[in-house]
Amino acid sequence: MNPAGFSEQVRRAWAVAKKDIRIYYFKGPVLIFGVFMPVFLFLAFFMGSRQLPLSFLISGLVGMTLFFTATAVSPAIFPWEGSAKTLERLASCPVTVEAIVFGDMIASTLFGIGITFVTVIIGLSLGLSLLHGITLVAAILLAACCFSAIGMLLAVPPTNVPSNIMMLSSLIKFPLVFISGIFVPLEQMPAWGLALAVFSPLTYFTDIVRYSFTGTHYFSVWIDIAALGMFTLVFTFGTMYLHKRTMPQRM
Amino acid sequence: MTAVIHALNLTKVFGSSTAVDHISFDVREAEIFGFLGPNGAGKTTTTRMLTGVIPLDAGTATILGHDIRSEPVQAKQRFGVVPETSNAYTDITAWQNLMLMGELYGLPRARAEQRSSDLLGMVGLLERKDQKVQAYSKGMKQRLILAMALIHEPELLFLDEPTSGLDVQSTQMILNLLRDLNKQGTTIFLTTHNMEEANRLCHRVGIIHGGKIVAIDAPEKLKTAIDRVHRIEVSFDREVPGESLGLLQGVIAANRTGDKWQITADNRDTTIRSLVTFSQQNSAAIVTLNTLAPSLDDAFLRLTQEAKP
Repeated sequence: MNPAGFSEQVRRAWAVAKKDIRIYYFKGPVLIFGVFMPVFLFLAFFMGSRQLPLSFLISGLVGMTLFFTATAVSPAIFPWEGSAKTLERLASCPVTVEAIVFGDMIASTLFGIGITFVTVIIGLSLGLSLLHGITLVAAILLAACCFSAIGMLLAVPPTNVPSNIMMLSSLIKFPLVFISGIFVPLEQMPAWGLALAVFSPLTYFTDIVRYSFTGTHYFSVWIDIAALGMFTLVFTFGTMYLHKRTMPQRM
Repeated sequence: MTAVIHALNLTKVFGSSTAVDHISFDVREAEIFGFLGPNGAGKTTTTRMLTGVIPLDAGTATILGHDIRSEPVQAKQRFGVVPETSNAYTDITAWQNLMLMGELYGLPRARAEQRSSDLLGMVGLLERKDQKVQAYSKGMKQRLILAMALIHEPELLFLDEPTSGLDVQSTQMILNLLRDLNKQGTTIFLTTHNMEEANRLCHRVGIIHGGKIVAIDAPEKLKTAIDRVHRIEVSFDREVPGESLGLLQGVIAANRTGDKWQITADNRDTTIRSLVTFSQQNSAAIVTLNTLAPSLDDAFLRLTQEAKP
């Protein structure tokens, strides 16, 4: 057995992910937050924008749910573990920083996927028909990876105070929701809004979800998939590189 | 003898302060090496560098033949760490903590279960294995941490103040476990404040002060090395002439304290022989004769005071 080998590190990342799920995700408040937060945001806009069709809003709800759930807990795990000194325990184990980050990403990806399927079921139960199911499943898997990488990127500043990171996280996440075509269709956005939207991975995911439910889209599906894939790669390698640099400052 | 730990010019700088200043030492195979020093001397920083938790600013550290900078995973796979602060996951059970460690060290599940069961039995926690760690006492947490560090049967064990603040029962259990592990061939690097613990347990100790190593030797050698003069306490069954005692071969001074004489000598062996001859010549039987060796505390205080900047 080569402990530093790729397959061995992936196995150990899975152990980190299982630990995260058990300790941080399988908690009542976290699960409730994961479901209620997007539902209430959706209800607020549903009641305030009656001219928008339900299919449009459900697509936004699915986008928001995945985005919020995949980035809900992961930014706080490093600060939590840093203050509890359990991060030092992990750092003294034969696990690379990349494997620890990857493990945290796996946990938030699975959490995001699980909760998002609940909202898809809500959409279907409200009478929407799913036109492109396989495309939707593929997009959810890819976007969950992308958003969990964003969650880990938010945890890069080496503070062990979770509230600092959660504040930074909210400052970045909420504006991203408003420029990603969730509440205002991309077609109706001003030029400056559209220019911002192309830099948000949530834009491409929402576009695919809309395509899956309504058959209409702004970008072609392949552009959406390619953009999500590119964001996923950049964010994943970026967060691993940055965490490797900031990890010693947490100890 | 093979060096299990080879530290060369190990250095760590925090801002404008040099926490560890070009220290070099070796820890030999199957020895218990005590790492002593006052608060802020650099003990924990050194341990953290050696265990790959924080990076080295200069120098090299080779652990079991692996450079901790270039082969950290390979090195970590072969040692276990008991840190200063208990850092088991408190939201899960002792059993789940051990199984997590088993997975992080790449143990097959059956082996991890067997080791977890054995270790929990060894540290007296088997009956409470399914209880969340948050309900554990400090001593129980520390015993669990030790079990977690041993899950993969490491060849080298780092311990940072493992008995600090523990009750006598937990302290004795941990010290006995360390002795047993060492007998089985495990090399132990022990950071401690407790001189008595180091004195009884360690084959060699290193003393660090202000980020620099001030002495490395066996505890007994360190104790004797700090004093060139020796103190002997003697009492006789009758009065003896004090001025004659002071003139005996090897004696520097003789002072009466109660019914005893405190003898300061430059040669312990010569002085004891002279005292025996003196008692015979004065028909006075020796009631007590004690050589007062300096303690490791004395050696530690002397060495760290001498090294003060």
